[in-house]
Amino acid sequence: MRAFARLLERLAFTAARNAKLRLLRHYLEQTPDPDRGYALAALTGDLKLRAVTPGLLRGLMADRIDAQLFALSYDFVGDLAETIALLWQGDGDEDVPLHQAVAVLRDTGRAALPGAIAAMLDRLGPSQRLAFLKLATGNMRVGLSARMARMALAEMGAPEVRDIEEIWHGLTPPYQPLFDWIAGGERPEQAARAPFRPVMLSTPVDLDQLRALDPADHVAEWKWDGIRVQAINDGGTRRLYSRTGEDLGQAFPDLLEALNFDGALDGELLVRRVGALGSFGDLQQRLNRKTVTRALLDSHPAALRVYDAMIWQGADLRDRPLQDRRALLEDADFGSDRIDLSPLLPFSTWDDLAALRANPPDPVIEGVMIKRRDSTYVGGRPRGPWFKWKRDPMVVDAVMLYAQRGHGKRSGFYSDFTFGLWDGPDLVPVGKAYFGFTDEELRQLDRFVRQNTVDRFGPVRAVAPRLVLEIAFEGLNASARHKSGLAMRFPRINRIRWDKPAAEADRLDSLRALIP
Amino acid sequence: MRADQILHPTEAGLYCPPGDFHIDPVRPVPRALITHGHGDHARAGHGAVLATAQTLDIMAIRYGADFTGSRQVAQGVIRIDGVSVSFHPAGHILGSAQIAVMPDRGPKIVVSGDYCRAPNPICAPYEPVPCDIFVTEATFGLPVFRHPDPLSEMARLRASMAEFPERPHLIGAYALGKAQRVIALARQAGIDGPIAIHGALERLCRFHVEQGIDLGPLVPATADRVDAQLVIAPPSAFASAWVQRFRDPVIGFASGWMAVRARARQRGVELPLVISDHVDWPQVTQTIRELNPAEVWITHGTEDGLLRWCEIEGRTARPLRLVGYEDEPE
Repeated sequence: MRAFARLLERLAFTAARNAKLRLLRHYLEQTPDPDRGYALAALTGDLKLRAVTPGLLRGLMADRIDAQLFALSYDFVGDLAETIALLWQGDGDEDVPLHQAVAVLRDTGRAALPGAIAAMLDRLGPSQRLAFLKLATGNMRVGLSARMARMALAEMGAPEVRDIEEIWHGLTPPYQPLFDWIAGGERPEQAARAPFRPVMLSTPVDLDQLRALDPADHVAEWKWDGIRVQAINDGGTRRLYSRTGEDLGQAFPDLLEALNFDGALDGELLVRRVGALGSFGDLQQRLNRKTVTRALLDSHPAALRVYDAMIWQGADLRDRPLQDRRALLEDADFGSDRIDLSPLLPFSTWDDLAALRANPPDPVIEGVMIKRRDSTYVGGRPRGPWFKWKRDPMVVDAVMLYAQRGHGKRSGFYSDFTFGLWDGPDLVPVGKAYFGFTDEELRQLDRFVRQNTVDRFGPVRAVAPRLVLEIAFEGLNASARHKSGLAMRFPRINRIRWDKPAAEADRLDSLRALIP
Repeated sequence: MRADQILHPTEAGLYCPPGDFHIDPVRPVPRALITHGHGDHARAGHGAVLATAQTLDIMAIRYGADFTGSRQVAQGVIRIDGVSVSFHPAGHILGSAQIAVMPDRGPKIVVSGDYCRAPNPICAPYEPVPCDIFVTEATFGLPVFRHPDPLSEMARLRASMAEFPERPHLIGAYALGKAQRVIALARQAGIDGPIAIHGALERLCRFHVEQGIDLGPLVPATADRVDAQLVIAPPSAFASAWVQRFRDPVIGFASGWMAVRARARQRGVELPLVISDHVDWPQVTQTIRELNPAEVWITHGTEDGLLRWCEIEGRTARPLRLVGYEDEPE
């Protein structure tokens, strides 16, 4: 538990992805089974324990400390679990194995739970107390995704991330067979029904590169602007996975219900109302929800647009050429009007395709996909068989308003920039960008910030509004959370317009007009 | 004489009418008694200063030799007009003292200044001084503050340096006291190699060495290439371009506040080290019980918590609400 507490603390304060990966890998390498497996499950949200409520925790403190001192302390610390971890009286400093702590939280009956938690807190030192209480409340908040956890696992041994993703959903904590495999043992049998299968990804391409290829060898289709998913019905077991193997089913029960077929399809998750696709912003409304309201299901119905088939009616099609898989899909009955097939685009020359790409018929298209007719379905990102040719980004000239210092390799540099557009006589913040520039440009931007600071708020500086940044972005959504009423997707600094006066930057109205 | 005739708060700080002096005044006064050299307690421009020899030296280093009209080294019991005063180690930083104010008739008052009861390799330990009225800080005056053993914090620093051997570790520490303590603790923890120090620490580190405190090999952290994995700098340096010379540094901060995560996050640090030169909750409550004064006066900090504790304990306590003192000065 001591090592687990140390890991949580380091992760909570570490922003850089590589540093997080190293911390986790070291922990997993140095911690024995089954504790490392439970830690992994706790971090990836796969540990199912008894729900410990804030009320229970407050109750623990009621007869242990004066109410006023508790209130003052909680007010200062701001986090209930942390307040209790700090206030708990006791000199315990036992290195309780994590699996023992997990067992207490998993196996104790409701009535005995407060006493069991108190007894455990008595045995632990302050930082372990916090780790235990975070475990109990199920709220790790250390900024580590399940995907990153699998990357750390992949760094420990021979299996690649996609191999681990493929079997992940058949595994249960504390993952002994997984760790045995990583250490050089047997690959665990895929036990689960409807397992995730590694997704085939594409590489970017441009017109010049395409000219070297024969259009006749390729098919093309729209690149829909939703979320790439794998939709499976395996003998009645239905699953919806993201392309990194996250299980999205809980947030999309309407689509799960519509998977009335036998197979594993590759497609795009979209919001589709009668006659029109919803924007990516609409789709975001549906993401990351534990429960979905009836009203949201009605206003934002989920749909699947099929690109490809991995398994169909019991047959694994992945080794067959794309044109054969496509032919099967053309004739297939998907069993629901929520599911349709992404149409192929008619073209005989690359210029034909360029013309189509320049004028997509739907705003929910972000470019075209180009695939070799004979391509087999290969997990990962093989170079060659599949290309993405994305629409040119939108650009806007904005004015730098605030700058924040970066972390890690950018320590000491002002590297995160908030920019704004004109709205009448005022500049309204519309977004934040922190990449797109070279190291040399970063030094220039940093110098500009230091020389033009007009105010400071902690690590943030307000700068005189005189530098124009050309911002490239992939799309726009209406957003109630932003003062400007819109949110950019994937904004980055395309060019620094040292030459352009701030007064000539773009207006908010012109950006609003671009919202689909 | 009543207690508040001996000592009472004024806008300039605590004032003693029978001795006509202020203690740690926040603005220039004719006669000042200074507990320790931190900038918010020791200011330049007084007519006369009485302090320990080390505090006087520190003030001269920081403000120049002409920081005061005249100076007197505190030794033994000193008579100032109608009262006697004496200075006693406070365990906070080098030269830090508590000041006992003893009227001929009336309560004896001990102004503890900032004090600390954890072992500190760079200064004399706190000495309990029996008194009728104990004037205490409450910087960490809430029961959530129980500072860990500083060597266990050093073990965390060492673990991080081993886990990220290619990354320089930049630890923010206030220039006077904390910086030297962190260096001395690093030595105790077995970090023997050169430690780089920011230019703003150079003179004060040298002073500690002159006073017989071993800080081991120190190198300047001002060159383009700094050949040390551990670098100590004042917190203000992290906002300056100085930090850009380090590649992918681990930024740390040594302070009692680091015990609270929200505070550490505010600082944007990756490695918070809970190292404090102030009494924590167990120390301040234990000190009050031990001295058992008739009254406790609380100068600054999170006094609400300590006031509530005194109330529960049935002790007479009052907040002085002195202004001008920082939680932990730059």
